[in-house]
Amino acid sequence: MRHIISILMENEAGALSRVAGLFSARGYNIESLTVAPTEDPTLSRMTLVTRGNEEIIEQITKQLHKLIEVVKLADLSEGVHIEREMMLIKVQAKGSHREEVKRLVDIFRGRIIDVTDSSYIIEMTGNCDKLDAFIKAVHKDLIIETVRTGPSGIARGTKGLSL
Amino acid sequence: MELSGAGILVQCLKDEGVEYLFGYPGGAVLHIYDEIFKQDELRHILVRHEQGAVHAADGYARATGKPGVALLTSGPGATNGVTGVATAYCDSIPMVVLTGQVPTPFIGSDAFQEVDTLGITRPCVKHNFLVKDVRDLAETMKKAFYIATSGRPGPVVIDVPKDVTDPNIKIPYHYPKSIKMRSYNPVKRGHSGQIKKAVDLILSAERPVIYSGGGVVTGDGAAELTGLAREMKLPVTSTLMGLGGYPGTDRQFLGMLGMHGTYEANMAMHDCDVLIAIGARFDDRVTGKVKDFCPDAKIIHIDIDPASISKNVRVDIPIVGPVKHVLAEMLKVVRAHKNQPDREALAQWWSQLEKWRSVDCLKYSSKGGRIKPQAAIEMLHKITNGDAYIASDVGQHQMWVAQYYPFDKPQHWLTSGGLGTMGFGLPAAMGAKVAHPDREVVCITGDGSIQMNIQELATCQHFNLPLKVMLLNNGYLGMVRQWQEFFYDSRYSEVTVEAQPDFIKLAQAYGHVGMRVERPEELEGALRKMMEIKDRLVFLDVVVDPGENVYPMIMAGKGHHEMQLSPDCELS
Repeated sequence: MRHIISILMENEAGALSRVAGLFSARGYNIESLTVAPTEDPTLSRMTLVTRGNEEIIEQITKQLHKLIEVVKLADLSEGVHIEREMMLIKVQAKGSHREEVKRLVDIFRGRIIDVTDSSYIIEMTGNCDKLDAFIKAVHKDLIIETVRTGPSGIARGTKGLSL
Repeated sequence: MELSGAGILVQCLKDEGVEYLFGYPGGAVLHIYDEIFKQDELRHILVRHEQGAVHAADGYARATGKPGVALLTSGPGATNGVTGVATAYCDSIPMVVLTGQVPTPFIGSDAFQEVDTLGITRPCVKHNFLVKDVRDLAETMKKAFYIATSGRPGPVVIDVPKDVTDPNIKIPYHYPKSIKMRSYNPVKRGHSGQIKKAVDLILSAERPVIYSGGGVVTGDGAAELTGLAREMKLPVTSTLMGLGGYPGTDRQFLGMLGMHGTYEANMAMHDCDVLIAIGARFDDRVTGKVKDFCPDAKIIHIDIDPASISKNVRVDIPIVGPVKHVLAEMLKVVRAHKNQPDREALAQWWSQLEKWRSVDCLKYSSKGGRIKPQAAIEMLHKITNGDAYIASDVGQHQMWVAQYYPFDKPQHWLTSGGLGTMGFGLPAAMGAKVAHPDREVVCITGDGSIQMNIQELATCQHFNLPLKVMLLNNGYLGMVRQWQEFFYDSRYSEVTVEAQPDFIKLAQAYGHVGMRVERPEELEGALRKMMEIKDRLVFLDVVVDPGENVYPMIMAGKGHHEMQLSPDCELS
C-alpha cells in the first residue's frame, strides 16, 4: 500500500542523505521525496511517499525514528490529510492545439506562465491523480518536458506536526 | 582557558574520563598528536594497523562497559578503520572514533588522503559528525559520547578537518557537563502496564524459556536477569553475544541457542509456550527457519530499540526500555503478585529439559591421537577457573569457545557476533588487557583469523601487554571447510592454509614466547605453562584434529527441532 510519511528533522548537512541511505540500505522504495526548511530555519520538513505492507511501513517509521536527526514523524496515511504536488509542464502550442491546450488548462485550473509562438509552460497543483490525468489528457506528442515536485502532505484539523 | 582545536579535542577526552586512546598518526591529525605529546594523562596506544586500533577500542569497551576511543588519520586511516566501526555497530558497542580530514577548503577537491569519511561510515555508525568550525568541537564531542553510550549503544565517528585543529587559532574552552538533544531522547524506563502484562503471562506459563541476548551484557542487566530467572525457576538460553549475562555453569542455563546451540536450548525454544526475549534481536543464526520459530509460544520482547521489536518475528508483548530497569521492575511485580507460577507444570517442563540435556549433545570423541579443539578449550576453562577474559576470532574456534568455555560473568567474552569479523580477536584482547592489566586475557583464534591482524603482536610488545594467544591450528579455514564438506560434497575450494608461517618463530620474532603442542597428553602441561608465564605474551600453537566439525548444527532452512547432532552423540 502507498504511504505518505511526514518527517520533521534537524536542518543539517547530511540529514537528507541519511534518509536516502536508510531506504537504499534496507531495500525500501522511495516513490518521491520533497524537503525544505520550515518557518523555523533549524528544522526541515520532508514528505516521503513509499509503498509496503504493514510490517514494512512499521519498520520504515521505526528506522526513520532511530536516525539521530529525525525529531518527529507521522504516517499521514493513517488519518485524513491533504496532499498537493506541483507540476511545471512545457507543451507545444501550435495551430489548432494552441486553443485546445488552453481549454484543458482552464478545465484543470492550471495557469499558463510562459508563452512563445509555439509553446506554453503550464503550472498546475493538485494531488498526484489530477496531475496524472492532465498528462493523460494532453496528447503525448505535444509534451516537451515535465517537472514534478512530488507530493507535500499535511494532516487535516488543528493538530500539527511541530515541536 | 583558551585552547586550539587540537587542545580542545584532547581536553574533552580527559574531561570525559577517557584514559586510553588507540590510534595511528598521519598528516591530517598531526596537530592532535602534538597535543598528545605535550601531556601524559591520556595514554595513547600506537597500533600497527588502523583496524587494530578500532578493534582494540572495541575490546576495551566490551571488557569495561566504558566507551572505547580510537584516533585515525584521514583517507586510508579512516577506511582501514571502517571494518572495526562496522563490527562495533553490529554488536552495539559504545565507541567514539576520531578521524582526521583534509582542511575544510580542500574538502571535495580529491585532495591527498581525502575520502568522504562521513559518507563511507554512514551506514555503519549510530551517528557521525563533520566538525567544520572549531567553536562546535567541544559540544560535538559531548554529543558523540552521549549518543555512543546511551540508548542502544553504538559507534560514533567524528571527522575533524586539519584546519579545525590549527594550533594558532585558540578559543575559550568549555566542555558541557550534560547535553540535551530535541531529536534524540532514548527511553529511560519500560511501560509499567506492559511489564505487568508480561509478568501475568509468565506466571501463567507451563513451558517458559528466557532467550537472552547481548543487550543484557551491554545494558548491565546480568544481575537483574539472574535474579528474575532464579526467583521464577526459569530456564535460560543465550545468544552468542549474550554469553555471561547469566552464569554459564548454573543448572538453569541451557547453553547457547541457534545454529550451533545445544540440543536442550533449541528444543526448549521449539516447545516453549512463553518466550521471554531480552536484549536480543531474533537474528537469522538464532531463529533458523522463521516459519518454524517457537510455533506454540506467546512472545515477550524487552529491548531498548523499538526497531528491533517485531522486525524479524512478530511479538505479543513488546516492552521498550533498558533491560536493567525493566527486569528489576518485573521482579518487583512478581514478588508482589497474587498469583504463583504453576509449580507442577514447571516441574514437568524441567524434567523434559533434563531429558534433552541428558543427550549430552556436546560430547565428542577423543580418539585418533590428535588434540581435539574442544578439549583444548575445556582444559583452558579448567586452568583459568573459567575466569579469564576471552577474545575470539571468527569461525569454528569461536563456536567451540561459546560451547565449551561457559562464562559465569558478563563482559568477559569478546567476540564479533553480528559482523563476524576475522582478525578481531588479537586487537580486542589488547583492549581488554589494557583495561585489566592484572587479569588473564586469552585470545583464542584460528590459523586463518590470526593472520588477519597478526601485526598487532608488535603493539603487544611495545606496550608490554602479556596476553595469551591460543591458536587452534587445523591448517584449514575450518568453518568454510565444514560447509564445503556438508553442502559441496567435500570439494575443498581454497580453504587449505598452506605455507603457514612457523608460529613459534613468528612469536619470537615479535619478542614473545612461542610454543607448540601436538600430542593430547602434553596439552594440559602446555596450557599450564602458558598461563604460568605472567610477564610475557605467550603464543601457543595448538595443532588440532583438522577434520573436526562444529556440532550440533541447524542446517540452512531448518527449524530448531531439526538439529543435526554429532556422530559421537546418538539420540537414545
